[in-house]
Amino acid sequence: MNQGPPILSVKDLKVGRGGVSVLDVPSLDVFEGEFLSLIGGNGAGKSTLLLSLTGLIEASGGEIRFRGNAVSSSRDMLNLRRKITMVFQEPLLFDTSVFDNVASGLKLHGFPGKNIRPVVEEYLALFGIAHLSGRSARKLSGGESQRTSLARAFALQPEMIFLDEPFASLDPPTKESLIEDLSSVMRTKGITAVMATHDRMDALRLSDRIAVMDKGAVIQIGDASSVMNRPENEVVASFVGVETTIEGTVRDSNGGLLDISINGAVIRAVGDFETGRRVMCFIRPEQVTIESTPSRTSARNVFVGRIERITPMGFFHRLSIDCGFMLSAHVTHQALQDLQLSEGAEVAVSFKATSVHVIKR
Amino acid sequence: MELILEGIKKAFWLLFTFDPEVMGITLLSLKISGTATLVSLFLGVSVGTVVALNRFPGRRFVISLINTGMGLPPVVVGLFVTIFLWRNGPLGFLQVLYTPTAIIIAQAVIATPIIMGVSLAAIQKLPENMRLQILALGATRFQMIVILIKEARLPLLAAVMAGFGSVISEVGASIMVGGNIKGYTRVLTTATVMETSRGNFDVAIALGILLLLFSFIINAILTGVQQRERPR
Repeated sequence: MNQGPPILSVKDLKVGRGGVSVLDVPSLDVFEGEFLSLIGGNGAGKSTLLLSLTGLIEASGGEIRFRGNAVSSSRDMLNLRRKITMVFQEPLLFDTSVFDNVASGLKLHGFPGKNIRPVVEEYLALFGIAHLSGRSARKLSGGESQRTSLARAFALQPEMIFLDEPFASLDPPTKESLIEDLSSVMRTKGITAVMATHDRMDALRLSDRIAVMDKGAVIQIGDASSVMNRPENEVVASFVGVETTIEGTVRDSNGGLLDISINGAVIRAVGDFETGRRVMCFIRPEQVTIESTPSRTSARNVFVGRIERITPMGFFHRLSIDCGFMLSAHVTHQALQDLQLSEGAEVAVSFKATSVHVIKR
Repeated sequence: MELILEGIKKAFWLLFTFDPEVMGITLLSLKISGTATLVSLFLGVSVGTVVALNRFPGRRFVISLINTGMGLPPVVVGLFVTIFLWRNGPLGFLQVLYTPTAIIIAQAVIATPIIMGVSLAAIQKLPENMRLQILALGATRFQMIVILIKEARLPLLAAVMAGFGSVISEVGASIMVGGNIKGYTRVLTTATVMETSRGNFDVAIALGILLLLFSFIINAILTGVQQRERPR
């Protein structure tokens, strides 16, 4: 994936608003054909980064290069805007028919009139809205509107597409089917994409790489799975869904296997740290197994603990278990009943040494 | 009571027989107020768009001025336009006082702030990211402005209607700068004033009905426009 020169790269990109720095990205590369997601909370700077990468807001400093060429003059900006495009959270459709909406970008680009129809029809079909072609944009549902907005953007056959929270206003089933269609279009067309989202599940489903943002900075970037499983700090950890964050000391380090002591308990983990080092351990809740009594398991870490709290989370329950340290685990509603779990009850918990991600404290 | 009934009867007679004098006055009114509205449309939309899309020092003050201008009393406009067009006035050399052109100027002064204010609000009311979305589709700045105006076309139509409605029904400025000269600068409102003062209620009522009719058509269009919604 990360081979060859980047299609888009920025150096020392800074954006200020009223004298306050809202974005500071020393370096970021986007590679041809990849899907990069920017995840982070509200105000993390995701939208600001997207808007400055597309030249839609002016950066107060730094350099943007598209295919190696610096984008500096307003002429360059227009040229860049003709090679890329962006879809927003709101569909922002024009008050005309679905067909004319999808054709609008092509017309702005001066695409020859007689060639517009086949292109528009192809993208209406790809986004499953061919039957709505003649309908007024005023008479569309939320999902249909966003499909039209995406078709309008993709019909431009851009070299890059930027998506700013494209699913944030949709209900779950609508969002589900749109993500399916979007990822199939992405696969067939092989367009490079950068998406901002606050939903890590959306990011995981679509992305090759994920960049986690906080306070106007990219705090970790890497393969989707490495960011999820090996967060580099607590902010990333909490954002990617790590619920157990515990501090400990390396008691023994032997051939990549660590014994980490935590309040007297000992966790086995994989990593390379010298003895005596203070470390942080991150454990994802899905990787903790719950049983009523300890069984023979290949997991290196087996503890007996007391359930302090059971929190219903919709499709699953979160257990907060005190086993010398606080551990968070997810169980299904079925498992909760089968194991007769209740607050105050004792349970056996286990997790593999490879499920513990260790970083320097 | 009989006076009114007689008047109404005669008025309808004048209307249905297409009385040449009444028709002449009506056509002149439509021509003068229509031209004034077109001039205001051009000035109002361009300045309104510029103010809506740009941030500059004193912007709030300019918007307050425009909003104040939306309620200019026609007699005050008449007064100042008369002074400007007076033989020794700053624009006296134009020699247009007491001509239809003078009425067009005065009515344009009344309608321009109305159209400006409504178009400013209409452009500002478009979703905040609409400008960015249009640019992201590869538009030049000029193309973006054209699309924004197109997107605001319904409120702009409302602005035109409101502007036209206010000038076709104003009397103060028209009588002051036009002089109510028969067949030349006599319009629906000035004629109504004159016929009423002469006691020719039938003609006055006929003219009044026409004014009401225009007002109804304008409001019917306005209501239709206001009921429409924008896409998401």
